[in-house]
Amino acid sequence: MRSAKLDALLSRYYTIIIFLIPALTIFTLFVVLPIGEAAYYSFFRWNGYGAPEKFVGFKNYEFLFKNRVFILSLKNNFYIIAISLFVQLPFALLIALMISDKLRGAAFFRTIFFLPFILAEIVTALIWAYIYDGNYGLVAAIWGFFGAEAPFVLGDKDWALVAILIVIFWKFFGIHMMIYIAGLQAISKEVLEAAKVDGAGPITTAFRIKIPMLIPTIKLSVFLSLLGSLQLFDIIMPLTGGGPSNVTHSMVSYLYYFGVMRMKVGFGSAVGVVIFLICLFIAIGYQRTLMRDDNENKF
Amino acid sequence: MKTNFRTYYLYLILFFLAGVIIIPLYVSVIGGFKHTGELRTNSLGLPIDWKFENYISLLVNSDFWLFLWNSTVYAVGTTFFVVLFASMTAFVFAHVKFAANKFLYNYFLLGLMFPFATAILPLFLRVRDFGLLGTSWAVIIPQIAFGLGFSIILFRGFFRQMPKEIFEAAVCDGCSYIQFYFRFTLPLSTPILATVSVITLTGSWNNYLLPLIMINDESLYSWPMGIMVFRGEYFTDWGKILAYVSLTLVPAVVFFFALQKYIVAGLTGGAVKE
Repeated sequence: MRSAKLDALLSRYYTIIIFLIPALTIFTLFVVLPIGEAAYYSFFRWNGYGAPEKFVGFKNYEFLFKNRVFILSLKNNFYIIAISLFVQLPFALLIALMISDKLRGAAFFRTIFFLPFILAEIVTALIWAYIYDGNYGLVAAIWGFFGAEAPFVLGDKDWALVAILIVIFWKFFGIHMMIYIAGLQAISKEVLEAAKVDGAGPITTAFRIKIPMLIPTIKLSVFLSLLGSLQLFDIIMPLTGGGPSNVTHSMVSYLYYFGVMRMKVGFGSAVGVVIFLICLFIAIGYQRTLMRDDNENKF
Repeated sequence: MKTNFRTYYLYLILFFLAGVIIIPLYVSVIGGFKHTGELRTNSLGLPIDWKFENYISLLVNSDFWLFLWNSTVYAVGTTFFVVLFASMTAFVFAHVKFAANKFLYNYFLLGLMFPFATAILPLFLRVRDFGLLGTSWAVIIPQIAFGLGFSIILFRGFFRQMPKEIFEAAVCDGCSYIQFYFRFTLPLSTPILATVSVITLTGSWNNYLLPLIMINDESLYSWPMGIMVFRGEYFTDWGKILAYVSLTLVPAVVFFFALQKYIVAGLTGGAVKE
């Protein structure tokens, strides 16, 4: 005769096994192992058929860091990060502060500003490809209004990246604004009331109370923005496809054109590993410095 | 007086910004109704001569519907399994005490930091070697795998906030964990089920890179792939392209307005809770 205790124990183990196995298996097979495999394949020259045999050591990486287009894509990714962190996020914060108060129509503006985020990136980029078109788009109309010949920004080496950055800004500032608004709503009303009683105006309140209390939220949005910027792909494809003359690639679009399309598994994996290492580096730095103080109550 | 002045500028900025958001969407929808000549001369105004062919030719195009259908299959398939597997896993993490609990939870968390791009080539080879190429699973399974991490966090957070008393009472009545999960946890979790579903659905619906890698067969194209092929065919025939864009844009916007609450909750939930 089994005791009730043993039954409970057995039930517990069955549950653990039955409930965990599907997720663990899929996650391990399709997320964790491929990352490890990418690291392994990156030391081979391989087209994906048969077993990887042609070991080339660090050759793929050497080639990568001597390759002008890759270096450019790396730079582009860092521009995207810089603009996101130093222009987009502060702007999103400003707007969040503006419409989080008891402003009439706040809900309306919130919805409108968030709208671009829910569009597919492909669609967003196609809309903007039209807008930038020097013959048809809004840019053409605006230039035409002043009687000038419109430029084809997306075909212009100097302006194509700026054009892409504008689209990124347009699409993603809303989500950060939304995150900040959620953070601002979590600030207790009493603190804000107390500040008001003490005679603090809206600007003092923003700088002395709201922004400091928002720091954990800001850290999160910085992190999301970093990881998102590093993986940018969809927006680039319809706008420039990496052109003109390969000056607007992101690392992922570079990986797609030079690794996936040509089925260079080893080389493409090396690109993937570089992206991974940058993400890892950022994540570790993030854990170390940015999250130190709010780590204790995390779990 | 000073406050009024400030409010005035505030609204000026906000309306200007709203215009910057709305005008590109507006010119796209309206552009689908214009002749090519009119697109050149009149991009902002309403069409002088409404042209419905662009929209109609798409609505009777069987490929257009096929691609939408394929994306629906990918999105629904992915969402079903993500919700099921992630909630089961999160349930164990939230309610069952065992030695490796925290370790396994962190294992899934770690996966969140793995950029999808790093894995695409090995992932493609794995899917090929499993013989899944040319089936919908080639898209669905990797999407499930990459959707699990974040969903597990959201579910776990929610399950942990449920009152402990229900759980203890149920266990005393001889209810097993599995029964408890189906009879109490799931029915009491509709908000988080909705949130995870909506996020997974939109993520899958808008996904471009993964189907692009996995799908060769045109009969399995997702709609973002379809729209890119269409763009390739009608390169500067913007009327046609904008009609396609608008036909996918309008349902997305309607969906968003209907389920805004859940989308926002999911995207900002993790941010503020801790």
